[in-house]
Amino acid sequence: MTAEIVLQSVVSGLMFGGVIGLVAVGVSLIWGIMDLINFAYGEYLMWAMYLTFFLWATLGLEPILSAPINAVVLFVAGVVTYRFVIRAVLRGPIFAQMLSTFGLLVLLRYVAWLLFRPDDRQAQSVLATSVLTVGGLRVSGGELVAFAGSLLATSVLFAFLKCTKTGKALRALAQDREAAVALGIDADRLYALAWGLSTAAAGVAGGLVSSFMYVNPLVGDVFLLPAFAAVALGGFGNVYGAVGGGLVIGVVNVTGGTLTVPKVKLALVYLVFLGVLFLRPKGLWGR
Amino acid sequence: MLLTVDDVHASYGRFDVLRGITLGVAAGEIVAVLGPNGAGKSTLLKTIAGFLAPRRGTIRLGGEQVGGLRPRALLDKGVTYVMQRSSIFGKLTILENLELGAYIRPWTSEVKQDIERVLLLFPRLAERRHQRAEGLSGGERRMLEIGRALLLNPKLLLLDEPTMGLAPLVMDLIFEKVLELRAAGTTVLMVEQNARLALEVSDRAYVLEQGQTRIEGRGQELLASDAVRRAYLGGAR
Repeated sequence: MTAEIVLQSVVSGLMFGGVIGLVAVGVSLIWGIMDLINFAYGEYLMWAMYLTFFLWATLGLEPILSAPINAVVLFVAGVVTYRFVIRAVLRGPIFAQMLSTFGLLVLLRYVAWLLFRPDDRQAQSVLATSVLTVGGLRVSGGELVAFAGSLLATSVLFAFLKCTKTGKALRALAQDREAAVALGIDADRLYALAWGLSTAAAGVAGGLVSSFMYVNPLVGDVFLLPAFAAVALGGFGNVYGAVGGGLVIGVVNVTGGTLTVPKVKLALVYLVFLGVLFLRPKGLWGR
Repeated sequence: MLLTVDDVHASYGRFDVLRGITLGVAAGEIVAVLGPNGAGKSTLLKTIAGFLAPRRGTIRLGGEQVGGLRPRALLDKGVTYVMQRSSIFGKLTILENLELGAYIRPWTSEVKQDIERVLLLFPRLAERRHQRAEGLSGGERRMLEIGRALLLNPKLLLLDEPTMGLAPLVMDLIFEKVLELRAAGTTVLMVEQNARLALEVSDRAYVLEQGQTRIEGRGQELLASDAVRRAYLGGAR
């Protein structure tokens, strides 16, 4: 095995890691603000991929261009989920909260299974066959656009959290709900917004990966499990750390598979996940 | 009276913590609430601030019944609340904490002026406005919390143990600020463990016991009263 192959796998890993970073940010946002794990997160991404597929199949829309449409539709889906499901269990015991998102996972996955059957489908993209070669390293156009799009979406979200009054209120709510309410911050409205933003991120990710990935009702796992590892690496609930965690997990996933055998690459991701939990439970960047 | 609390009962679950509290605060006054641990002092402030609904009795603000309103509605009516525990947002900067103090106001140049005014009041905060609030000392945190509450130009400021855990010199500084606020027109109702200091700065005080109002009087009178001295001031000085 040459150094070139390893380097190539690192580049591919970073491309995938960028998307995992965006997915991890989406998970981390809800985790950080509401102390709630959305197990159904991958299913929102799966539904976004179907939306992209059907926009292509019916209207011929280029998959990448459906990302903003997905963002809007999934934002609404997130707000609706919060209003009708999450709000009801928010004051309940933690198990009720965890089981409610697990229930959503089952519901969203098997409704898709019922409607679309477990067949693989893929939209055709103009990016599918384009390959960029820089200094002997090859990157497919679709992966590069997905990487750049993920970083862009993440940056927009971070700028919103950092600079706007509403973003600051969200961060305040994440740190101390009672103190935020004492200043007149409407927790209920901002929780709905956080859900919308989180699922919108899944929508963008679903649009971005559709040019080079098949969609089927189980595809959410491909993203959610590495994203959980990325969230742990970045420090639970730390949205900024989640991006770095995503890049690391992407490289472990692809380069690990290249250096060993591809079948064990997810096992390697979990080895890293467990290692972090044992050695640095606050994450690589936690203090 | 700006605030009148009449025969208020309130409970967490089945257990009544407030069992008939009656008190009043006139505009421009500093009123202290004293009493032993578990007397219901903090619960009283939480109830006035809207975090707990009274089970019985009335709370009036300027004649208007406000008992049972949500915290946001009370903010809109000019009641702001600084809770007992530390409530700064440590990962936000000092300036961001202050901006959130004005969260319910539209973002105008007037708000920016008010933030500058608060920073003038607390120079220690002004020097470090762009640093994360988690780096502040206990006293500075209190100043940030009080400063944050001032950005709504409250009619009535509720302070729950503003000097708890602070060094004596810092306590004096906090009380100096409270007096400055009153001079600027803010009415203050505060709960305080340090009875002696509280009575020195307050116009009037109430002593609570087991969820009821036991003693009421002018600060200086209570300071001189044998009963209060024995019970709350640790005997004769």
